[in-house]
Amino acid sequence: MVTTIKSKSLTKAYDGHKVVDNLNLDITSGEIFGLLGPNGAGKTTTILMLLGLVEPTSGEIEVLGLDPRRNPLEVKRRVGFLPDAVGFYDTMTGRENLRFTARLNGIEDAEEKIDALLEEVGLADAGDQRVGEYSRGMKQRLGLADALVKGPGVLILDEPTTAIDPEGVAEILGMIRRLATEQGVTILLSSHLLHQVQAVCDRVAIFVDGKVVAQGPPHELAAQQRGPTRVEFRFDEDDEALGQRLEGLAPVQSVTRGRIPGAWIVGVEPARLSEAVRLASAEAPLIGVRRLDDDLDAIYRRYFESSEEKSA
Amino acid sequence: MTTATVTETEKEFRPVQGWRVVAAKELADHLLSGRFIVLMAVLGIATAAAVFAASGGIRDVAPNAQGITALFLKLFTVTADPVPFPLIVFVGFLAPLLGIMFGFDAVNGERSQGTLPRLLSQPIHRDEVILGKFVAGLSVVAIMLASLVLFVSGIGIFRLGVVPTAAEITRLFVWLILAVIYVGFWQALATLTSVLTRRASTSALIPVGVWLVLALFGSFIFSAIAGIISPRDGTAVAEVAYLRTQQAVSQISPITLFQQGSTVLLDPEVRTVGLVTLEQVDRAIVSELNLTQSLGVVWPQLVVLVAMTAVMYALAYVAFMRQEVRA
Repeated sequence: MVTTIKSKSLTKAYDGHKVVDNLNLDITSGEIFGLLGPNGAGKTTTILMLLGLVEPTSGEIEVLGLDPRRNPLEVKRRVGFLPDAVGFYDTMTGRENLRFTARLNGIEDAEEKIDALLEEVGLADAGDQRVGEYSRGMKQRLGLADALVKGPGVLILDEPTTAIDPEGVAEILGMIRRLATEQGVTILLSSHLLHQVQAVCDRVAIFVDGKVVAQGPPHELAAQQRGPTRVEFRFDEDDEALGQRLEGLAPVQSVTRGRIPGAWIVGVEPARLSEAVRLASAEAPLIGVRRLDDDLDAIYRRYFESSEEKSA
Repeated sequence: MTTATVTETEKEFRPVQGWRVVAAKELADHLLSGRFIVLMAVLGIATAAAVFAASGGIRDVAPNAQGITALFLKLFTVTADPVPFPLIVFVGFLAPLLGIMFGFDAVNGERSQGTLPRLLSQPIHRDEVILGKFVAGLSVVAIMLASLVLFVSGIGIFRLGVVPTAAEITRLFVWLILAVIYVGFWQALATLTSVLTRRASTSALIPVGVWLVLALFGSFIFSAIAGIISPRDGTAVAEVAYLRTQQAVSQISPITLFQQGSTVLLDPEVRTVGLVTLEQVDRAIVSELNLTQSLGVVWPQLVVLVAMTAVMYALAYVAFMRQEVRA
């Protein structure tokens, strides 16, 4: 395992406000790493710093063993970048746009490669159309091809799946997977869409207000429990008094009403889950139990809720 | 491992000349753009009108025109009905528009299309983007002005039957370089505003405003300023001082500098751009200056114009280099 992207206490501040705060990343080759967070959390700034397009306030960065501040050209030669809301020259065709990128990378004879890439992103037929006629999703696909023209060792994708329909998302995610496993390309992608990140990433970092609040493989993050596990109990009857009774149970720490009649969201001590289920079913006819904190969603929501509370 | 080695050697051998790639693309864009065609048409029609009038005027006086040597260049400097100004004035007035047209959306156009982050993430220096664009725009301008000169020459040869001498061709060539530098000033100004403003319409409006104010109201403004600095009280001394001041003040305008430079370069008989008293021209022998002497006369104007263009480009450059990728 070789480290390809590394940052140490990376910080970027604008007018004293820290957009990225003390970020430590360590991404190995062939890994798909997800930066997850709401808009404005500092994901794009982080990416631009890795590319040497934004000057960090402090901290260290290493991409493929190079410092983007000292060797921006070397870094940019080896790193493919798909920006957020990628744009192309509308009056040129998709193929011409890719050719331009190839030339900027010093690749003069790129036609075969361009053909292959257009084919791969599903634009083989649209390659000779003007980009002005492309849909948002087609531009996004062309953006992926554009980032791959230089044959990068690292691929950085900023919100790669926005504006793409669900079917297209699956295709793009499949491509990303293949690139990582078959060609050993290291992929860093940012997204605010949790399910996609969860589906494709080996590891994720959750970004809130410029800080990474959690980092690790998605399933491990999900397992990191803090406080009570939230469980939804559904009973066959809608009884107001049931809440009181549930609260009285020993392992139960909190009770709120669920959205559906007869449903209750109950916070339980993680170690005493089965006990809680047993006790609850004794109180009333229990027809369903659902653990809520078993995916990234919960962590994501929890961190965002806590950050919202702070700002409120 | 093999691929890594290949990349290493490639790196050693190939210095990336990104600005050339950018310039080539921009040049193709410009030449195929509607604005190029429109400008070319406007310029062509206006030039044809001016030069037909001028050549007609020259033909009328030609029988008496004994001893006029640089006859061919008169095409560029003579005023004749119905066109109220000579060609060089017309170029001085209209050429800034070319520079503005090819510069006003240089950077914010990339921004609004969303191509800037993609462009800057390619392995080229950031300054190569703005350099490539500047070079491409100015090349188009050079092509346009050169074809304008050739067009005028063609009409001139046809209508006058006079073939330009080598000295005249050299003068035209030097004047062409001057014109390109002059347009470069306006293009750099437009590029600067395209860096500083978000919308292309705003960044077009500012240099167009500067251009119109200087071109249309320049003389009023400079007279007013001169009147404040050295008030006229009716005496001859005050009047001379006033005129001197007015001339000095007017030279902050690139339009004035270009007009003076053009006049001297294209008219070998002009020996000064400054104030001349009657005593000084009394019994002066009309004779021609050679190119070196003419250049000597307008050297200050030329240097200042080059400097203004360079400074304006430098401002655009610095503004672009300091700007955030996404702002």
